Formats: sequence, structure tokens, C-alpha cells
Amino acid sequence: MLDAAGIGLGHYLTVAAILFTLGVFGIFLNRKNIIIILMSVELILLAVNINFVAFSAQLNDLAGQVFALLILTVAAAEAAIGLAILVIFYRNRGTIAVEDVNQLKG
Amino acid sequence: MTLALFFFYVFSIIAVASALMVIASRNPVHSVLFLILCFVNAAGLFMLAGAEFLALILIVVYVGAVAVLFLFVTMMLDVDFASLRQGMLQYAPVGVVIGVILLLELLLVGGSYVVAPQVTASSVVPINAAIDNTHALGQVLYTRYVFLFQGAGAVLLVAMVGAIVLTLQHKPNVKRQNIAHQTQRKRSEATELVKVKSGQGI
Repeated sequence: MLDAAGIGLGHYLTVAAILFTLGVFGIFLNRKNIIIILMSVELILLAVNINFVAFSAQLNDLAGQVFALLILTVAAAEAAIGLAILVIFYRNRGTIAVEDVNQLKG
Repeated sequence: MTLALFFFYVFSIIAVASALMVIASRNPVHSVLFLILCFVNAAGLFMLAGAEFLALILIVVYVGAVAVLFLFVTMMLDVDFASLRQGMLQYAPVGVVIGVILLLELLLVGGSYVVAPQVTASSVVPINAAIDNTHALGQVLYTRYVFLFQGAGAVLLVAMVGAIVLTLQHKPNVKRQNIAHQTQRKRSEATELVKVKSGQGI
């Protein structure tokens, strides 16, 4: 249980909520720079993972940690694919500004 | 204040501050480095919650692979990042409003959250305090959640193949080995019989 050390579930949920909000705010703040947007998505996934681990510890259930492991996998795959798309987009267009991503052609 | 609570505050304050620097710093390389700091402190939070395996996996996967990938791409692309920051504050008020609303909603949900009393008794996989976290996770990951585990592996495989296929490029002047072409070579097209007169070169 979490409460044994004086750290409650609410502490973890608050930190995760702040991290999640910072990730969403980062998408608005850096809406031209797609690298920072990808980093903000990573922050959001990290906040979700913190929630999973906190509930896993609070409810004394290991299933939450298994789910967090799967989210970690998906986040790594998403970062790899996103950055690969970014690299080939830069190779084709010479820019990574989000507003230049306006051609839906092969 | 217990020692664990003190460390919780240290880790969470550094994590939140570095997350703020990720989205606010001018240089994207600094953003990646702050992202690494944030992940390391989140790993500390995981460790405090008793998820030792996930904490170390977070450092290995995120700091060792994902953040280095970000760093590599950020430094490889020759982009004028200053121009990408123009008009940055234009949408900041909307972002602040949405962020504050989201934070308030999340805190309201988290603050009024009550665990039903029968939930602890009906855990899917109860945590056994006698065995350590990695051992317990391994015991369920390869038995009860084996299909999810294999699915995660398949996701990683597809991502790896996709990333390679996307970024692989064939340059026109590079000579490559074509094995079918090599094995189909006949003697008639590979050799030529030249009659050289004596005393002269070819």
C-alpha cells in the first residue's frame, strides 16, 4: 500500500495531472515545432504511466504495472515511427514546420 | 515528514520543473536533456511506489533509447529552430485556459475519487510482499499476460521494420550486389576470346 510511507494516492495523481497538463500545454505552446510536440506526447504518456503505477500500488494489484509496461512499449514504437516520418519529411521538403505539412500527395 | 515523503517531493518537484523546461526552453537539445531529467525523476517516483522493474525499464527504454533517438534527430536535422518559435505566444492564452481547465478537472476527479471497499480483496494479481517486484512481474508476464507480452513484441517489431523501411534510401550511384544477376551470368557474356597477333598487344 502507498499510505504506509506517508505518500498517498492523491500525491501521485496530482503529479501525474500536472505532467499531463504540461504536455497538453506544450502542444499548444510549440505548435510549429513537431519535435517538441512529440516530446509533449511522451510527457503525456509518462503521466498516464505514473497513474497506472500509483493505482497499482494503492490497489495492491500487479496488473497495473503490466499495463504500464505495454504503454511503455507503445510509446517507444510511436517515438521511433514519428521520428522516422519526421526524417523523411525533412529529406523531401527541407523543413519540419507543422504549417508546411499541407500536401496530401505521395 | 518521513524520508520517503521527502524524496517523493524532491523527485516530483524536479520532474515537474524539468517538464516545464521541456516545453519552454529555446533550444530543442536542451528540451531533450530536460526530458531525460524528467524521466529519471519519474523513475524515482516509480521506485517509491514499489515498481522497481518499471523504474529501471523506464531509464533503459526512455533515457537509453527514446531520448537518445530524439537527441539524434534534433541534432541531425539542420533546421532554424528560432524561426519555429515565432508566434509562439500567440496561442499561449488558449493553451493556458485549456490547461487550467484540464488540470482542475483532473484534480477534481482525483480529489473526489473513492476506492470501493471490496476492490482490494478482488485484485486481479495481488502483490505478494514476499517476492520482489521483478520476480512477481515475470511470473505473470509469461503466463497470464503472455499474449499481451507477445503483442507488445509484435508492436516493437512492426515499428522497427516500419522505421527502417521509411528511412532506407537507395542512392543511384551505389553499386550493390545482385545475387540473382550474378548466378545467371553465362560464360558467353562474361568472357571473350581474342586472337592476339604475335608481337602486338591488344
